[in-house]
Amino acid sequence: MAAERIDLDQTDVRALNQRLQGRQGTVSGTRFEIFNAKGRHNLAVGLTELIEVTIHGHAGYYCAGMNQQAQVTLHGNAGTGVAENMMSGLVRVSGDASQSAGATGHGGLLVIEGDASARCGISMKGVDIVVGGSIGHMSAFMAQAGRLVVCGDAGAFLGDSIYEADLFVRGAVESLGADCIEKEMTPAHRQTVGELLERARMEADPASFRRYGSSRELYHFKIDNAAAY
Amino acid sequence: MCGIVGLYLKNPDLRPSLGARFAPMLIEMTERGPDSAGLAVYREQVGDGGEAKVTVHNADPNFDWDALAAAASAGLGQPVGIERASTHAILRTRLEATTLRGWIEANRPNIRIMSSGSTLEIYKEIGLPSDVLERFSVGQMAGTHMIGHTRMATESAVTTQGAHPFNTGDDLCLVHNGSLSNHHRLRDWLRDKQGVRFQTDNDSEVAAGYLTWRLSQGATITEALEASIKDLDGFYTFAVGTRDGFSVLRDPIACKPAVMAETDDWVAMASEFRALAQLSGVDDAVVWEPKPGTVYSWGSA
Repeated sequence: MAAERIDLDQTDVRALNQRLQGRQGTVSGTRFEIFNAKGRHNLAVGLTELIEVTIHGHAGYYCAGMNQQAQVTLHGNAGTGVAENMMSGLVRVSGDASQSAGATGHGGLLVIEGDASARCGISMKGVDIVVGGSIGHMSAFMAQAGRLVVCGDAGAFLGDSIYEADLFVRGAVESLGADCIEKEMTPAHRQTVGELLERARMEADPASFRRYGSSRELYHFKIDNAAAY
Repeated sequence: MCGIVGLYLKNPDLRPSLGARFAPMLIEMTERGPDSAGLAVYREQVGDGGEAKVTVHNADPNFDWDALAAAASAGLGQPVGIERASTHAILRTRLEATTLRGWIEANRPNIRIMSSGSTLEIYKEIGLPSDVLERFSVGQMAGTHMIGHTRMATESAVTTQGAHPFNTGDDLCLVHNGSLSNHHRLRDWLRDKQGVRFQTDNDSEVAAGYLTWRLSQGATITEALEASIKDLDGFYTFAVGTRDGFSVLRDPIACKPAVMAETDDWVAMASEFRALAQLSGVDDAVVWEPKPGTVYSWGSA
């Protein structure tokens, strides 16, 4: 079936989202091609049905936020908060992503083929994120669940105040945040990384990644600190 | 919030259309700053470059600018030309810009000085960016580069003086998106210990005063900006206009956005990509986000 084409120079963002969200009846199985993104905010947000959406051009803030089921591909760079709070489905960015990519995501897969800047995966709650390039500082801050795979380097304070979540980085880590430590990379972890790379369609040797996670020292109140109160 | 835009034309053929290319960029940032707007335009040098100009402001629509020019000419013993633009006017002289500036400060304290230098003019007013652009006929302006600002005030009053850009020395200016936490103490120190003058309670003016002071100590723009990473506490994306180009700096935490783009014809920066989306050739531009705590410069900044 031919894709339905929507030109954002002709249609406003609200009408686009209402169409993609199936407000006028189900859109399941439909393919959409979106043109002239031009940095507009809130493109393809709140989608709930199994549809394929391809966006051409650079997107503004919160592209593909709150996604469920939909397969969203952005041919360009993404602004702040791409795929924030996504629940399921797939969001793929062909270029770079700005800060807070995949923030608070509960599920699904976010693929960034280029670099992601600061706070990638902040407070992630189960989403999987695969980054082809490098990530900025304070990534996976307060991460709670999910997997973050980085083929390049990680900026300062990776995994600061992390609860759980597995962080896999192939390149250099500038520094680890509070309570984040390097952990053993077992065969099971290598398999996990291999599967995520395959789903992300990225070529890298899973054995070349190192794993980081929580040392769980911040989980409980320490009696030694009682004097502070 | 606030929005920042900057455009430098590498291709001289495009320079007559600088304002027409720049205006839509500023309008696109209206949602980030609807309170006031301003811009710095760098004109191509005319003649031998021996002419200085000072941009001044007075809110009174009936203000007698010709009388001001006549008084300045008489006081300085040299002809001072005047060209009016809405609430602003440009004074021109063969004297040093600082000489004319000093005369105005000493003799006409009700006149606000917006900028001084040989190529720079600064225009700013309260109101929507589209209205401010219209008021100063920015769409018709020619020049080599412009930087601009749309303001959503957080730290101080919505006034003409609180709008950006801020002049930081001859042919230098600053626009700021963010907020500074240590501006009170730094302002006191710069004013009391270093003799830097301030016109407002605005935090961004303190950043401008800080750069002015660093430059007066012999620092280059890049050195002054690098030093500000240590001395300024707060959130910021700065764009600094210089005679030959502009520089961009984001604080190391980098909450405040910035995006840059470059083609063979131009270099541009903005708070958000949508402000660049209308530029001709942008589809083939190299587009990137400046890294935190890193100074980016074009021209001989």
